[in-house]
Amino acid sequence: MYDSDSDIGWTFYKDRPEWKDITPVPEDDGPNPVVVIAHSEKFEDVYDYFRAVLQKNEKSERVLQLTKDAVELNPANYTVWQYRRDILKALGTDLRSELDYVESVIKHSPKNYQVWHHRRVLVEWLQDPSQELELTGDALLQDPKNYHAWQHRQWAMKTFGLYGKEMEFVENLIKEDVRNNSAWNQRYFVVNNHFGWSDMNVQKEICYAMEKIKFVKNNESAWNYLRGVMLHDKRGISGNAVVTSFCEELYNNKCRSPYLLAFIIDICDDAIKKGESSSFHGADRAIELCHALATKYDKIRSKYWNYIGEKFKKLKKEQEDQQNNTETEEN
Amino acid sequence: MENQLRSYSDIVGESYDSEGVPTDTSSDQVDIETTILKIYKKFEKSASLDPELPLLFRKSHSSILKNWLNGLPKSYECLDASRTWLVYWILHSLWLLNDMPDAEILSHTVKFISKCQHEEGGYGGGPGQFPHLGTTYAAVNALSIIGTDEAYDSINRSSLQKFLWTVRAVDGSFALHKGGEHDIRGAYCAISIAKITNIYTDALFDKTAEWIVGCQTYEGGFAGCPGMEAHGGYAFCGLASLALLNRTTLCDVDALLRWCVNRQMRVEGGFQGRTNKLVDGCYSFWQGAAFPIISAILSKESKEMIETVFFNQGALQEYIITCCQANGGGLIDKPGKYRDIYHTCYTLSGLSVAQHGTGLEDAFIVGAPDNELNKVHPLHNVAPHLVYNAVHYFIRHPPPVKDKN
Repeated sequence: MYDSDSDIGWTFYKDRPEWKDITPVPEDDGPNPVVVIAHSEKFEDVYDYFRAVLQKNEKSERVLQLTKDAVELNPANYTVWQYRRDILKALGTDLRSELDYVESVIKHSPKNYQVWHHRRVLVEWLQDPSQELELTGDALLQDPKNYHAWQHRQWAMKTFGLYGKEMEFVENLIKEDVRNNSAWNQRYFVVNNHFGWSDMNVQKEICYAMEKIKFVKNNESAWNYLRGVMLHDKRGISGNAVVTSFCEELYNNKCRSPYLLAFIIDICDDAIKKGESSSFHGADRAIELCHALATKYDKIRSKYWNYIGEKFKKLKKEQEDQQNNTETEEN
Repeated sequence: MENQLRSYSDIVGESYDSEGVPTDTSSDQVDIETTILKIYKKFEKSASLDPELPLLFRKSHSSILKNWLNGLPKSYECLDASRTWLVYWILHSLWLLNDMPDAEILSHTVKFISKCQHEEGGYGGGPGQFPHLGTTYAAVNALSIIGTDEAYDSINRSSLQKFLWTVRAVDGSFALHKGGEHDIRGAYCAISIAKITNIYTDALFDKTAEWIVGCQTYEGGFAGCPGMEAHGGYAFCGLASLALLNRTTLCDVDALLRWCVNRQMRVEGGFQGRTNKLVDGCYSFWQGAAFPIISAILSKESKEMIETVFFNQGALQEYIITCCQANGGGLIDKPGKYRDIYHTCYTLSGLSVAQHGTGLEDAFIVGAPDNELNKVHPLHNVAPHLVYNAVHYFIRHPPPVKDKN
């Protein structure tokens, strides 16, 4: 990550008089090691001293500085980060400057488990989440799908109740890129944890998803969100006339997005399960759609659609058998 | 029919349509499809002349893997805290290629892994490093692959069990290390380790299945922790954990299956890790291995499911073999990326899953018959018989101190 050989003015720990009392401890790989990584001289020097102080369990200002050099050479070294936290605690160091420090490391390595975890522990210790939305917001500006940044943001929001302006934030990201699935997931998170799935909110979110689907029809994120929201609709996926007519209108306007067809199949499935199937939303329609998906609109998933189609054929047979039985009984 | 290879004209017909609304997501997708279509077009021309194509370059992969086992360049400094992972990825890849190192090297490897074992139990990413669930999982898997008494006996299972207790939280989740982050990887690694080494107890995993199910999202996949986005790596961890705990009935399998099948890319043939993200060779395993597990779950209700493979095995093999092999050996994420050990391991593992499906039907091999790799156990990503051997060794040799719970 950093080219250590280009460091000008770097003094090796072995050449520093203030470290004379420490005997460096080289890595003990045993006599016949495997996966031996070729280290730069700087890497070896820093880690030889890190191992030495770790063994002696020295917790001091100078070791704090040493851990900085060690994580700069490898920010994924969880042992160094953990030991650094142990020292911070032991010395009672000012955690505000530590917050600034880890922010700068995050800017360099935004896709690393250890740095975000370090940040989280500091915020927990300080009980101060005031900078977290901005920090994660910046990271998401760089990469709107950065999983670590989203996870940290959700944690801060859940722990400290910071939902206030989140819908606006999400809205902007979806406007920026309607296909950003992380933003859609965050929308679900906010409704689920903050606003709640009241009937009104469910209808509001359904309308929002449908708007976005009208805009870009073949966008799986919006379709998945619609299905997710409808899990909270008491009438079920087949019982909401606004949604069913929205789907049929798209279909009649020649839209053959696999996500639309899959959604209509789910409507059929729900209708059958509730004993409300019709010629429009029943087994025959589902079987026909599965066939169309398997052979034309979603061929890569043909095995899956054939499997779903078979399930409907079985359902249909059961329905017919039941009908025949009732007729026989009636006769 | 379903296992036939796709023709170039079929693949072109699947190209992405931005619907006049280009965004960052769609332009990235269009770019990678353009690159991959060029490769497929070129491939179709050469394949018409040689029925043995596409060809897996087994020898070059084997030889670079053996070099890596020996030593690595400075660019691997960032993995200095993941050396047991490097060992596992290399040994597992070599096993898949059926070209294991000789007994002496394997014995050296056992001794090196022992150097990474911590006195408090578990393994660190290198000698002297704190124990970590990820690097412990890798060490246990690597030792299971080696499969000698020396390898098995090198594990201190009493302290290993103590280590698992120290990283367990009251809600049933697991931290990756003492003072470290909690996520679904922790739970999976802990369960896999405990099952293989026979230190599993019900008390150790009390509430863990319930915690994991809380990670299933409205999309059907699993996230790293409750509330987050469904993701291929985490979905594997969630599903494999529930299967190892015999608790799959807790999750919505139909929704999971739908999410999994939708991760296969219609042009590329490989898998993406999340909705509207790009294809990546490593998900060939993380997503691919979910299918045999799901088939096994569904077969409890209808037997024929055990031979049903729900994804397009041919398209995935085509992606891996024609788009993911680096010149001079090793495999990659996607065209344009550099090779690395992680992607070499997980693309090869995914290739094996694509060839063997649920493992019970006949293998389906794209290209030369010699492309066939050894089979893997989808829950541990180690060969099935090597898992079996390890488990049975540890059943015959109980740890000195049994968990009091």
